[in-house]
Amino acid sequence: MVDAIRFRDDEAHDEPAVTLDSFLGQSNATAVRIEAGEDARVLLPHLDRLALVEVSFPKFRDGRGYSSGRILREAGYTGELRAQGDVLVDQIPLMRRCGFDSFAPEAPVDAAVLEASLARYSVHYQAAADSHIPVWKRRNG
Amino acid sequence: MYKYDEYDHSIVAARIDEFRDQVRRRLEGHMTEDQFKPLRLMNGLYLQLHAYMLRVAVPYGTMDSRQMRMLGRIARKYDRGYGHFTTRQNIQFNWIKLADTPEILEELATVEMHAIQTSGNCIRNISSDQFAGAAADEVTDPRPWAELLRQWSTFHPEFTYLPRKFKIAVIASDTDRAAMRLHDIGIQIVKNDAGELGGRIYVGGGMGRTPMIAPLIKDFVPFADFISYLEACLRVYNRYGRRDNIYKARIKILIHELGADKYREEVEAEFQAVKQLGIDPPQAEFDRIAAHFAPPAFETGLSDAIDRSDPNFAAWVDQNVSAHKAAGYAVVTVSLKPTGGIPGDASADQIDIMADLAERFSFNELRVTHAQNIVLPHVAKHDLFRVYQMLAHAGLAEANLDLISDIIACPGLDYCSLANARSIPVAQKIAQRFADLDRQRELGELKLKISGCINACGHHHAGHIGILGVDRKGTENFQLLFGGSGAEDVSLGKITGPGFSEDGIVDAIEKATNVYLAQRDRGERFVDTYRRIGMEPFKEAIYG
Ligand code: SF4
Repeated sequence: MVDAIRFRDDEAHDEPAVTLDSFLGQSNATAVRIEAGEDARVLLPHLDRLALVEVSFPKFRDGRGYSSGRILREAGYTGELRAQGDVLVDQIPLMRRCGFDSFAPEAPVDAAVLEASLARYSVHYQAAADSHIPVWKRRNG
Repeated sequence: MYKYDEYDHSIVAARIDEFRDQVRRRLEGHMTEDQFKPLRLMNGLYLQLHAYMLRVAVPYGTMDSRQMRMLGRIARKYDRGYGHFTTRQNIQFNWIKLADTPEILEELATVEMHAIQTSGNCIRNISSDQFAGAAADEVTDPRPWAELLRQWSTFHPEFTYLPRKFKIAVIASDTDRAAMRLHDIGIQIVKNDAGELGGRIYVGGGMGRTPMIAPLIKDFVPFADFISYLEACLRVYNRYGRRDNIYKARIKILIHELGADKYREEVEAEFQAVKQLGIDPPQAEFDRIAAHFAPPAFETGLSDAIDRSDPNFAAWVDQNVSAHKAAGYAVVTVSLKPTGGIPGDASADQIDIMADLAERFSFNELRVTHAQNIVLPHVAKHDLFRVYQMLAHAGLAEANLDLISDIIACPGLDYCSLANARSIPVAQKIAQRFADLDRQRELGELKLKISGCINACGHHHAGHIGILGVDRKGTENFQLLFGGSGAEDVSLGKITGPGFSEDGIVDAIEKATNVYLAQRDRGERFVDTYRRIGMEPFKEAIYG
């Protein structure tokens, strides 16, 4: 496991993420890990005590975590949102748009390629969970 | 026609840059083929039996002459001088070199074209009615809605790694020329009682090994909720669609397993959340897009008379020319199904000629149809004879639209790495057997569709007559189906019984058409007779 790539200014959270079941069963955990098939919505009542949500991407082809990320951000979650697992460099820009701000890929990511990927698209067509102004809004003031 | 603005241009340019970098990383060995595959697929690049195949998007099947000429240029310069128009209203080039692809994409971008999302487990190029903007029976032009969806779905960050591919069709008339309910999402734009336009949403149709007709999920979604509603439809699929088995991963299986009612409930709940996000473009954006599709400057006062003194021309008019909404105009379908040809193929020269004809006689517009033909949507009736003559000169005036030789066929074992059997030779043999046009006309509308394997790219489930190539102990075998339809009378074909050899299937079809001729009631098409009398009389004739 390589170091997480973070797009946050705060200190990395040091409490280990617990499973969803143990999170729901204990009242003081502040970091949770959800598996690809788990429902991110069950976290919504607990968002204010969460500092880290780690979403698992077991295979790069498994895109369920993109929805999990957006659901959490859309509900107002502002803590760290980490994509962990088979996370490839070409996916990170999409994950950023879905609200992920921290990445723990299983295999190292080429920093130069990542930087170029993140800078590549200056505009996006649709609104998502990031701060980009969608093209239709730019066009229509 | 939609024209790119600076934003559209910048997105396509960024995509080419991205793909160039991905190709470089692959060629330099920084990516495995497994990692590269979904990336190249999302750019329409397949590895086929003999070479790479590049599928270029023709959004909702609409092109102008300049774009059509570019396809001719690519066929000449990077392929073997021809291209293959597909059932997804796109075009495929079958002999492409990986290293050439960034350059091809750059050439395409100069005419506002690309290969974005023509493959991969993402929302594919949006399809539509090939007569959009011209059809006498439409309530509105569906293409602004399709363009809205094109933009929404392009690099959608949440829906780029779906369980499986996702196809959306948009039509706006009761006549379905786009097999709308055989898509993952089929949308019919309708007017409600208040005179407002909105989408009637069907979800969960598809062909493949488990064909299904999409059930109605929502009767009317107004423009103001349109994108939110579709976002909800997709999110439910992305979260709950099966990922454990590639053959059960399409949304039709999810809806089949959940039931349409439960799926609808899930979508409604999701919609309530999504609707709060402000992701729906404003009416002004719709109007901006719709302005690009304003009708061309049709001349008024043109005559509807057509001089039918040339019998071949008259036959072509009867078969390949359809009603237009403007007086004095007609819609021309150019058949890419000459007897003995490869359905959907066109040479670079033919592509250029169709581009010229569109420029001179059809307000610069062309369409690709899911039946693998080309449409000149706006031809003045007084120009029809000249258009016909020029088409005839180029071998493009086959008067067989919707007749038995207007066959849909997938590439099959001649090109496709998944195929069990060859589709093209079967199509050619059938077309040759029924080559006599009088005989074809006698048989009337008869939609024949051939797939080279169970993936059903040739829409065999939706053919009045369908043919499915299977592998039977190492030899090619062909199953026969009757009674399917991809039109507004949508239905799925049924297998007749044991399969046939390549020649056997041609004989069986001939016998079936004889049953039809003997049994039909006045005005009945083949499929109508089949629906009335059932499979038995056909079976007796074929197997008896
Ligand atoms: S139906 Fe099968 S053989 Fe035909 S193109 Fe599709 S995958 Fe290939």
